[in-house]
Amino acid sequence: MSDVVIMGAAETDQLGKLPDISTLELHLQSARSALRDAGLGIEDIDGIASVSAPGPVTIAHALGITPSWVDTTSVGGASFLFHVRHAVAAIRAGQANAVLITHGESGRSRVGAPPWAMAKDSLSGQFEFPFGVLGPPTTFSLPVMRFLKETGTTIEQLAEVAVAQRRWSSQNPRAMFQEEVSVQDVLDSRPVASPLTLLMCCLVTDGGGALVVTSREFAESRGTDHPLVSVLGTGECATTPMISQMADMTRCEQFEVSSRHALQEARLTTDDIDHLMIYDAFAHVPLFGLEDMGFVGRGEAGAFVADGHTSPGGSLPMNTNGGGLSYTHTGMYGMFAIQEAVRQLRGEAAAQVPDVSTSLVLGNGGMFMSAATLVLGNAAAA
Amino acid sequence: MSTPTKFVPQATPETQPYWDGTAARELRIQQCVPEQHTFFYPRTSCPTCGTEEVKWVTASGRARLHTYVISHRPAPGFTPPYVIAVVELEEGPRMMTNLVGIDPDPDLLELDMDLVVDFEARGEDISVPVFRPTGSKEAA
Repeated sequence: MSDVVIMGAAETDQLGKLPDISTLELHLQSARSALRDAGLGIEDIDGIASVSAPGPVTIAHALGITPSWVDTTSVGGASFLFHVRHAVAAIRAGQANAVLITHGESGRSRVGAPPWAMAKDSLSGQFEFPFGVLGPPTTFSLPVMRFLKETGTTIEQLAEVAVAQRRWSSQNPRAMFQEEVSVQDVLDSRPVASPLTLLMCCLVTDGGGALVVTSREFAESRGTDHPLVSVLGTGECATTPMISQMADMTRCEQFEVSSRHALQEARLTTDDIDHLMIYDAFAHVPLFGLEDMGFVGRGEAGAFVADGHTSPGGSLPMNTNGGGLSYTHTGMYGMFAIQEAVRQLRGEAAAQVPDVSTSLVLGNGGMFMSAATLVLGNAAAA
Repeated sequence: MSTPTKFVPQATPETQPYWDGTAARELRIQQCVPEQHTFFYPRTSCPTCGTEEVKWVTASGRARLHTYVISHRPAPGFTPPYVIAVVELEEGPRMMTNLVGIDPDPDLLELDMDLVVDFEARGEDISVPVFRPTGSKEAA
């Protein structure tokens, strides 16, 4: 099968608190930067993908693109990984040549942002919202107690996830929080949804990012200033729209399924992965990811992180930008996880890991609702 | 000044029998006729075998505490800290709920502890199921 590559990748110039930039403009600024990064113009793009608001039609029109391939998959923060997977299929099928994937979210400032959907007769409106849930902190956190009990993971090990990621963000000038913290600092921070404390919860920021995905053949014919990143394998899976209806609250089925498919397509195993990004909306999500994808055995993820394996110098560098806990989290963080993997594979990361040839990105959508996995590689992976 | 009130859900035609049940202080769940697969939330076909032949059954109201968080965030009508829980019904399905009749104290909240359903009025016509420890006092 023909090789599909990420030719362009960029984030907004700034991340964090951006009250002077609308949601739409965060998309557009990211898109223009990704096109510049790829050395392409709007006339080169024939496919567009983004989540439902403001939506790919609005984004394409504002940029001056008339797409002949459109993907509006909108399944939470993992959506941009789904878009990459769908773009790969479209490019291989000859339905698109160069696909622009955009993310922009005024998650903190809410400028030009869609209102929160709280329909009283939706499933969540009937069976979750009546119980005093206020978005992700009080719902995504629900599996934690069960996970700790059934896997023997300790609350201190959970705190170690936040500690490890601050070690990475301390090396990243673009990270929102760069000060290293201790396990005690994490445990002593303000309780949000016990057992989760504030430092186990992601940031809420403004920002954006975009990617240009195309065939290796086209990318090489045009040339580029940056190394091409190959999409070696992809997978996707969706389960429940309500976290209370997870089949097993201590395992995320879509993490297992999507990563298995992605690794199979790439003809790689977890042992072959040099660098890992696991969507970390909350500290427990990377622990689920490590176990459900088979990087470690059941009940081993907490000790694995606490022993420093995912920290700088460790055997499996993970969330090397600092993650949603410390780098940035606009609401749909998946785009930033992909961006960091691309930077690592190009050798352009702030906290660059030596000798990275493969990276696996696991994106989560909603509250354990959907997931997609990308296995990416550079020339050394070939 | 009006006090903010708790979120009031609204039935759809398909879920109306469930909400009629809670208004009558009954917890109604569904079961497929061919295989007796029991399920929650209300649907028009069985998520295990796909049959559209499904019936309503009244759950015993007995459940166990599957998992929970103690929310420290102020939600309309709730005074933090309060317990958001997922309980496992005796019949198998799980549902989100609140715990009542017990302090939001991690030392008291033991996973798998026995609970029993109670009902909390929301507005004029709607009641939502909440759960309290077995043997604790029923809400007035």
